[in-house]
Amino acid sequence: MSKHHITATVNGEAVEFLCETQATLLDVLRDELGLTGAKEGCGSGDCGACSVMLNGRLVCSCLVLGCEVDGHSIDTIEGVAEGAVLHPLQQVFLEEAALQCGICTPGIIVAAKALLEKNTDPSEEEIRYWLAGNLCRCTGYDKIIRAVQKAATVMREA
Amino acid sequence: MINFAIPTSVDEAVGLLARANGSGRVLAGGTDLLVQLRAGRVSPGIIVDIKRIPDLKAVRHEAGGLRVGAAVSGAELAEHAEVQKHWPGVLEAARLIGSTQVQGRASLGGNLCNASPAADSVPALIAAGVTCTIAGPDGRREVAVEDVVTGPGKTSLAAGEFVVDFLLPARGARTSDAYQRFIPRTEMDIAVVGAAVCLALDANGTVSAARVALGAVAPTVRLVPAAGAALVGTKLEDAALARLAAAASAACDPINDKRGTIEFRTRVAGVLARRVAVLAYDRARSKA
Repeated sequence: MSKHHITATVNGEAVEFLCETQATLLDVLRDELGLTGAKEGCGSGDCGACSVMLNGRLVCSCLVLGCEVDGHSIDTIEGVAEGAVLHPLQQVFLEEAALQCGICTPGIIVAAKALLEKNTDPSEEEIRYWLAGNLCRCTGYDKIIRAVQKAATVMREA
Repeated sequence: MINFAIPTSVDEAVGLLARANGSGRVLAGGTDLLVQLRAGRVSPGIIVDIKRIPDLKAVRHEAGGLRVGAAVSGAELAEHAEVQKHWPGVLEAARLIGSTQVQGRASLGGNLCNASPAADSVPALIAAGVTCTIAGPDGRREVAVEDVVTGPGKTSLAAGEFVVDFLLPARGARTSDAYQRFIPRTEMDIAVVGAAVCLALDANGTVSAARVALGAVAPTVRLVPAAGAALVGTKLEDAALARLAAAASAACDPINDKRGTIEFRTRVAGVLARRVAVLAYDRARSKA
């Protein structure tokens, strides 16, 4: 069997690509589609740096095969800002210095955005549990949690 | 080169797996399979993605209970109010598997067929008396969940067979369940011990039926009839709970590893079974 021909929607735009069976969605995003915001941390679904939305559901793109997503809709960190206007989460992460090396940040923004779309006013505990699958080796998490809470406030008041 | 197929019916999936002569692997949520592929622990001839078979993703009523597709994810299961109301133990066990991201993908079928002794949903399914439908080249059969796993990484499924769905049987008014696991933190870990209890009460609050299942304390998840029997006819008085704990500990045949010693797991199994029984009892009573 040759490569699979897959068509999907990524950040609202139709895309097509060729991939081998074992190529992950993360491989496809980064290497075929040039969307390098999602990072490969562990490759085993433990770190969350590759988080994307698949049909509106938060997933690790390293645990999805590229050939599974034919006809599906994927949203990545590249689609979070509206042109030059940052999403409130992105703006607040910058203002509050909620990142250091930045490798985990795209995954955390995608995951936190998914939370705030379900729950506009999450408690600290809810944020910590929701983001338990997003590892950060720099910040100690406190700044991230505070930034998500502040972004939630900004979004509620918008 | 690994082939890949997306069947849209159970029969089509059975045919694909039959033609693979045992080299086929079923893909549901992929949270175990993709890790195994990457590590080189499996090298299938074909991967069969079962998520586009409508029944595999459905949750529907059947005989007063619920029929849950094998590929339904934890996040999807949690969106069914009835699961939350009538099978809280099954739901809380399924929801303990992995992170939010993993919950978006990981399925009951995968958790069972990965055949880990520490699988969180499996003790809860067994305690709840859940059966599953297995489809294969010889047709379909209905099997109790406790009869599926035969050892670490091993199941009783024949080549070409796969789990289609689970039947959560009808629940009486005063019946409920609970699951807890011991881990050294509160999230994102593998059970050192898992305990599930399902209790039915009579009108006076006396236990009329009880099923107790333990995870991570033996090569497979164990249904412990003696532990259930210790509760029947009681209102969970101290003496009954002590008999339950003793029966749970006596059923353990664990390994020593970095997560816990044999002695620790054996003792914790009794402690946890007690706590979970009390939780299931309170839930069953408050439902009445």
